[in-house]
Amino acid sequence: MNVLVYLVPMALALGLTGLAAFLWSIRARQYDDLEGAALRVLSDDDIEPP
Amino acid sequence: MPEALDLSSFVTRQGAVAHMELAVEGVACAGCIRKIENGLREVPGVIDARLNFTNRRLSVNWQDGVLDAGEVMRSLERIGYRAYPFEPARCESDEARNARWLLQCLAVAGFAAMNIMLLSVSVWSGAGADRSQDLRDFFHWISALIALPAAFYAGQPFFRSALRALGAKRLNMDVPISLGVLLALGMSLVETANHAEHAYFDSAVMLLFFLLCGRYLDLAMRRKTRAVAGNLAALKSELAHRFGDNQELVTVPVAALRPGDRLLVRAGERVPADGVVMSGRSEIDESLVTGETACRAVMAGATIYAGTLNHSGALSMQVTAAGAGTLMDEIERLLANALTVRSRHLRLADRAARIYAPLVHATAALTLAGWLLLGASLHDAMITAIAVLIITCPCAIALAVPAVQVVASGALFRAGVILSAGDAIERLGEIDTVVFDKTGTLTLPEPRVDNAADVDPAMLEAAAQLALSSRHPLAAAVARQARNQTPFEGAIEEPGRGVRAVVDGHEARLGSPAFCGSEGVVSDPETSVIAFAHKGRFALLSIRQQLRPDAKEVITALAARGHRIVILSGDRRGAVAPIARALGAADWFAGLTPIEKIAFIDQLKAQGRRVLMVGDGLNDAPSLAAAHVSLSPISATELTQAQADGVFLGERLTPVLQAVTIALRARRLMYQNLWLAGIYNAIAVPVAIAGLATPLIAALAMSGSSLLVTLNALRARGRLIGTAHQASAREAMSAA
Repeated sequence: MNVLVYLVPMALALGLTGLAAFLWSIRARQYDDLEGAALRVLSDDDIEPP
Repeated sequence: MPEALDLSSFVTRQGAVAHMELAVEGVACAGCIRKIENGLREVPGVIDARLNFTNRRLSVNWQDGVLDAGEVMRSLERIGYRAYPFEPARCESDEARNARWLLQCLAVAGFAAMNIMLLSVSVWSGAGADRSQDLRDFFHWISALIALPAAFYAGQPFFRSALRALGAKRLNMDVPISLGVLLALGMSLVETANHAEHAYFDSAVMLLFFLLCGRYLDLAMRRKTRAVAGNLAALKSELAHRFGDNQELVTVPVAALRPGDRLLVRAGERVPADGVVMSGRSEIDESLVTGETACRAVMAGATIYAGTLNHSGALSMQVTAAGAGTLMDEIERLLANALTVRSRHLRLADRAARIYAPLVHATAALTLAGWLLLGASLHDAMITAIAVLIITCPCAIALAVPAVQVVASGALFRAGVILSAGDAIERLGEIDTVVFDKTGTLTLPEPRVDNAADVDPAMLEAAAQLALSSRHPLAAAVARQARNQTPFEGAIEEPGRGVRAVVDGHEARLGSPAFCGSEGVVSDPETSVIAFAHKGRFALLSIRQQLRPDAKEVITALAARGHRIVILSGDRRGAVAPIARALGAADWFAGLTPIEKIAFIDQLKAQGRRVLMVGDGLNDAPSLAAAHVSLSPISATELTQAQADGVFLGERLTPVLQAVTIALRARRLMYQNLWLAGIYNAIAVPVAIAGLATPLIAALAMSGSSLLVTLNALRARGRLIGTAHQASAREAMSAA
């Protein structure tokens, strides 16, 4: 059961990383325009034509 | 004469960078985003342009001095989009911040709930139960480590609201929620310290997670409707022609007008603000303000109101603040009265809370007393009582109403109704009387050609095409008949008489009968006559207010449901009677002042009736505020719309019927959900009182009931949208 000593902190650290990333994405206003984000991904004018 | 467009009131500056928000019309697809953003970025001086597709708003930054706001709008027009400057309301930015905060709380609660559940499931499946209890205690302590900070952060919305309610000596749903969460955490901490078997950290945090979901849904719905309503207001906003210091004309948005400004109002334009006529003579159509359909002649010194239509001549006017004794002043006074008298509607959820909260607390207290009397130790009795509080925490009740509101407002949205108040759906579901205004509500906001069927179609088309060249309101009514939207070349308008052009080698004239070389016979004061002459042929077009195309069906359908229908109009008897007859409405009253309208509504309220008021005029604004719930068409004056609980779009009246149908179903669904939540409690509470509610049972019961009410709301989603359409179609058929 000694494995828990580092497994539990690791699990918590991973979870906290996810939480931090989510909080960052809220601060960066990534949820302000959900419909727009869904459509912008379809635009391909940033790719040079071959 | 090109006029300068002054939009400075909408531009904010930060150093050398100017910024403006615009509401954009006609954005429909992914291509539009690219077209608008790239198109604007190519304009020299523009630093950045970003379109928010969700609320159709564009935010533009440009170098101050290189470019001005008018040029930005013209560039957009060249790209092919009409945009209107937009001033975000203060409450909107407050709500945006609030929504981000709620989302953060939700994220923290979600993270904590998932991690604690991971540990709890291990404990439930027997981790640490075998030899020593060290492992179980270890898991409980980690849970406490996650749960305590997370609950104190994510619980803030509830704790604050509960404290506010207690400070005002009231009980709301947040009081039992906060109490339940805090007690669950405290008890679990004590139990963990005592190496006990059960800890409720998972329940406390999961509860917060579900409740925050409900809160966020509620807020997101309100923000969406508010954004759409704000856009509509911006798209509708009109421009005014203001005289500058050197008598030059500057076009400014109406929002930028100040008292003392001198304006030019051309024939066919709406008066942009209240004021006094300085010079010029004209006739003013005040139907939007008073409901009166006949025009009023004005000359220098006369008072004119915002929203009225200038019929015949150009006027110069001075903007005034609402002066004492004017109609505007009277209406504002009535409005203030109506708002103070308006009995505050108690939301369904709050009403449930008033019954629920004391009941829950009494049950917990009785449980404690009961177990003590039966000889249990104080510790065990406390634990059982707290378990009762946790399991009765109104998770499902807090979700029951918002989940339905989100679904219903989506359906209303599709029907073309935008509600501004969150509880308007509940109030709309309770009505038993519908009061309609006549002018602009039952009738179309603009007059139409009445005898189109009697006129030779070719003549009518030629007249309509010629009318496109005139600004006169009567000509505008004729122009609406045009199938071909290209005006004739070389058309000349003679102010006050008519418009003429050479068509097919012959002169065509549209205007007063005298202008066309004939005598018009005006038999009916409701009807205005405009004449058309071409190639020796001659036609008289009569123009009058017309009913909305589906007014009769809607009235019949509402009456068939048992709603009492009343028409209250400020117009003359002679104008109201034929409309009431055509609609089959027996209850109608004409020539009412705003005071009489409000008195009538108060009288209905005194009889215990719940009134839906539908109106568009300025004279309706106080009655809209006084009614139980109110709707106004999108063509209504700004002040009127601000008083209404919602606006409906388009020229049909069907949205009103659909709104009533949807609200009725939504209300039934809310009750259904509250009952579901109640049944859950009826089953779970005895289990908790008996002391059998382990954390596992609490977790299952709580998430189960929350999911149940959410799914029940979603189940109705398709039906709510579908039935609204079907119902209106069926009722329209049976009425026909």
